[in-house]
Amino acid sequence: MQTFLQHPFDHDQDAPPLRVRNLSLQYDSGGYALRDISFSLEGHKLTAVVGPNGAGKTTLFKLISGTLHPTSGSIDVYGEGPGKHVCIAYVPQRSQVDWEFPVTVREVVMMGRIRKIGLFRWPSSRDWDHVQAALIRVGMEKFSDRQIGALSGGQQQRVFLAQAISQEAEVVLLDEPLTGLDLPSQDAIFDIMQSMRNEGAAVLVATHDLNLAAEHFDQALLLNRQLISFGPPEEVFKRDNLINAYGAQVHVLSGEDHALVLADTCCEGEEPHTHG
Amino acid sequence: MDEILAAIITPFQYGFMLRGLLAALIVGVLCPVLGSYVVLRGMAFLGDALAHIILPGVVIAFLLGWPLSVGALAVGILAALAIGAISKSTEIKEDSVIGIVFAGAFALGVALLSMQRSYAVDLAHILFGDLLGVADADLWLMAALGLIVLITVFAFYKEFLVLSFDPVLATTLRLPVDFLQNLLLVLLAIVIVISIQAVGVALVLAMLITPASAAYLLTRRLPVMMALAAGLGSVSAVLGLLLSFYINIASGPAIVLLETLVFFLVLVFAPGRGLIAKRRSRKSAA
Repeated sequence: MQTFLQHPFDHDQDAPPLRVRNLSLQYDSGGYALRDISFSLEGHKLTAVVGPNGAGKTTLFKLISGTLHPTSGSIDVYGEGPGKHVCIAYVPQRSQVDWEFPVTVREVVMMGRIRKIGLFRWPSSRDWDHVQAALIRVGMEKFSDRQIGALSGGQQQRVFLAQAISQEAEVVLLDEPLTGLDLPSQDAIFDIMQSMRNEGAAVLVATHDLNLAAEHFDQALLLNRQLISFGPPEEVFKRDNLINAYGAQVHVLSGEDHALVLADTCCEGEEPHTHG
Repeated sequence: MDEILAAIITPFQYGFMLRGLLAALIVGVLCPVLGSYVVLRGMAFLGDALAHIILPGVVIAFLLGWPLSVGALAVGILAALAIGAISKSTEIKEDSVIGIVFAGAFALGVALLSMQRSYAVDLAHILFGDLLGVADADLWLMAALGLIVLITVFAFYKEFLVLSFDPVLATTLRLPVDFLQNLLLVLLAIVIVISIQAVGVALVLAMLITPASAAYLLTRRLPVMMALAAGLGSVSAVLGLLLSFYINIASGPAIVLLETLVFFLVLVFAPGRGLIAKRRSRKSAA
């Protein structure tokens, strides 16, 4: 997926795609947004980052992407801090995007490449080929001249995935990409995320949907300011872990090998979801 | 038809009108191009503040007999960088910091100017511009600075685009975000300085945001928005100048009034995003 010459920094291929050690972000007031988080992603997997509102999912992503800086601890992406990489893509929550902005779909996808293009240069026909290929991969090639606000929620999400593809991102952080989408749209997004993983990207997805996390992901990371559990979904979503993360917000109907969860943990401004 | 043409051409046989026309065109193109970023990034208040902050620089240069643009440019760039730095390093909200610096600097400028005997006339020129008083030297400076601004906007087009649309992406692509932010502020300061001669401190804001906002309602592409805004801006500037020649009103306000008129026409009649089109689509949805 990657030609290394284009990279400002070579990756240490023996190092894991992502290693987080004793990561904390403390507010000036003394409280913690995140406290002492340690985990390591081995190989290229699809990882769900799950936790209640305010658990620090977005904060974790901003730290990993290098948009925020931790007060203590470290993050290594292929053996180097995030600030030395252009291979980390962070796709924000839909509510963080100005959908009225006068840009077209292909321009948004091209944005992922501008560091590779370099200063004082305009995109070459090869860059536009990359953009076209990325749009085809997400099935949005017919919409390339649309303004981004003139798309459905699922289509908008796919455009941002195409942007990550055109960036040739190897660590992809998706903040609530599935929220508010119908099932066919969710499935389309999953297909793309899985194909990105198969091409060698580590894909992390913040979601509040425990059922999706349990069914569709290789591994899960349960978070509530602290790391509660990390591993295969069936181990992470155990009764004790869930109560630890959600407290009274969750109702766990536990069986022998799996827990049935009724959670009310949805995002602000949306209908609370009930998952059974 | 010939009469109309004559009415348009005749005034520019006067040297001061021709210089005014060229100045109006420079400002009419430049302000809306940079103003497109001001509109998209919600920097209107900052733009207005910068214009007012420049006043003491203009006044000091005026009192010392220097070219006004030099004082304005120095203060403008300094203020742009200072605002960037202050708002990062204090807990007071950015708009309050800007407001404090803006009002303080403006007061200083007016205070300095009030010690002069020709206070009222000078103040009027600085506040509202004096297109007909543009000298050759002013014109050359405006053209040179304007060219620098346009080249910079062109050279950093894709970086400014990403910074405006998605600052987080700019960070994850490891673009020099702080440098680009400051560069945009400095460009803004330069454009304001160029425009002060034409429309004055108090009305620069309109040149920046009014045509750009009208263009925003008419297109969904940034390059088209910039071109449309520059078109609206320069046509308003030329017509405003003619208006001021024939019915003897101040040129700066005449230009701004025309731009405002165009904006409201667009606001009501723009296809798709105008008020009428919106009402229609709401009705058909219901």
